[in-house]
Amino acid sequence: MDRFSWTTGLLELGETLVVQQRGVRLSDGEEKVKFDSGVLLLSTHRLIWRDQKNHECCIAIPLSQIVFIEEQAAGIGKSAKIVVHLHPASSNKEPGPFQSSKYSYIKLSFREHGQIEFYRRLSEEITQRRWESMPTGQAMQVNKDSQAGRIRAVGIVGIERKLEEKRKETDKNISEAFEDLSKLMEKAKEMVELSKSIANKIKEKHGDITEDETIRFKSYLLSMGIANPVTRETYGSGTQYHMQLAKQLAGMLQTPLEERGGIMSLTEVYCLVNRARGLELLSPEDLVNACKMLESLKLPLRLRIFDSGVMVIELQSHNEEEMVAAALETVSEKGSLTADEFAKLVGMSVLLAKERLLLAEKMGHLCRDDSVEGLRFYPNLFLTQS
Amino acid sequence: QMSKQLDTFRTHLEAFASKHKQEIRKSPEFRLQFQDMCATIGVDPLASGKGFWAEMLGVGDFYYELGVQIIEVCLALKHRNGGLITLEELQQQVLRGRGKFAQDVSQDDLLRAIKKLKVLGNGFGIIPMGRTFLVQSVPAELNMDHTVVLQLAEKKGFVTVSEIQASLKWEAERAKQVLEQLLKEAMAWLDSQAPAEPQFWFPALFWE
Repeated sequence: MDRFSWTTGLLELGETLVVQQRGVRLSDGEEKVKFDSGVLLLSTHRLIWRDQKNHECCIAIPLSQIVFIEEQAAGIGKSAKIVVHLHPASSNKEPGPFQSSKYSYIKLSFREHGQIEFYRRLSEEITQRRWESMPTGQAMQVNKDSQAGRIRAVGIVGIERKLEEKRKETDKNISEAFEDLSKLMEKAKEMVELSKSIANKIKEKHGDITEDETIRFKSYLLSMGIANPVTRETYGSGTQYHMQLAKQLAGMLQTPLEERGGIMSLTEVYCLVNRARGLELLSPEDLVNACKMLESLKLPLRLRIFDSGVMVIELQSHNEEEMVAAALETVSEKGSLTADEFAKLVGMSVLLAKERLLLAEKMGHLCRDDSVEGLRFYPNLFLTQS
Repeated sequence: QMSKQLDTFRTHLEAFASKHKQEIRKSPEFRLQFQDMCATIGVDPLASGKGFWAEMLGVGDFYYELGVQIIEVCLALKHRNGGLITLEELQQQVLRGRGKFAQDVSQDDLLRAIKKLKVLGNGFGIIPMGRTFLVQSVPAELNMDHTVVLQLAEKKGFVTVSEIQASLKWEAERAKQVLEQLLKEAMAWLDSQAPAEPQFWFPALFWE
């Protein structure tokens, strides 16, 4: 494990992604290390491992370090593995997570399968040694070993040539795309850094910044998809865009709400609105941010959040508490009802029916009978018959 | 100062989009690489439909539409599985709904779309199950105990109290309580006429 170096995980110019696999654990020889769950990427030049939970944690090893590889079949309770035997670390290696290791091999544990394909591709890359003909910043380290390696590989390369030709065309298109993507990401990264420094300046100024500037900064963040690091106001990440959206929604949802008894769950709204739009759809976050602004913009709809976390849009004129009185009557008529039964009777979605019954219970009008057969509600006789 | 940078970036993104927009829509592998890279630098391309990424690359529409399809599938099957479904079945049903000529949708695509749906408050959640995932689409409180029982039931589609006691080393009381909660949520069905002892079946875990 001492052959690995820290890396950004971004591909270099001329470096192409070959295959990647999730759910891979690294081991230093026979010993476990803290690189437990990551994405393993094979490029034409390197083997890269990135932590699935912490994307900043990313290490890589040049393919030229590999002497040979072996397969280890899966066993009971054990994932399939690839054992990678390595040359000693070169003296000019970039710093990595380990200074030394008593092993000269590592193990790649494929906990979510993918070992067969990965082994095949890794074998091919080691055989073809494409990194020698596609120089990147890393190329300098490779030269010393390449002579010996090339002689060893000649026979195999001859056999594999036909497959390589076939793959070259698709690879060319894919590699160009990935190359462009990497360049784009470098620029995006600069934008993220810039936004962080601006955010810091804002913090330092402590509100000495105009509202205009704040609004503009928020819309920059929105465009780039960067989380707002400065303010967590009541509007969330609300911007001008969301204000306009809120007004649009108010217009759009009036009739559907009336048709549905004045109340709709946010998921229903999301589906309705996006199906209607067809293109330039709203993200779930856009919808929530817009709805959070409804009340303050004095629009005829409002967002309501139930105890369970369920979010709904109601007409201002809709009074859920009044609906509860009607619900109580319905339940009394039938003696008792489950959310499913109530939903069918009244013509509501089960989700909202349940919320209404729960609200009635919270207000003291209904009692629950929670059994294996489901949740059933009864009129609260303790209240009415004392 | 930032607006100039932003414009420059926008131009780069436009150039990228004109060359590779199709690639993103067609290739799950490329999408995955794209998403991973965004995550690495701290950018969420799906945060807003108004963001550059959504507008120019069309990634937004792809995932938000997928969100709608996921919601609809879950709603349609809820009466059968209580709001729990395996990622495989969800993928199959969604692909079926999209039709023959639609783009391929990977499991990673589904997971990302679902993560975005959580914010709508409908109880969307993802439960890891060994090599795969269960998708929850109802606001039920599922804790570690429930998850672990589901994982145990994965192999055969059902589980008994004795099996839970043997594998998890729980007391019978605890096992019964957890199973009853799952029954209440209609995520489990009871077969009380099974030969040895009652079996608790999970519709989400057995399907064609």
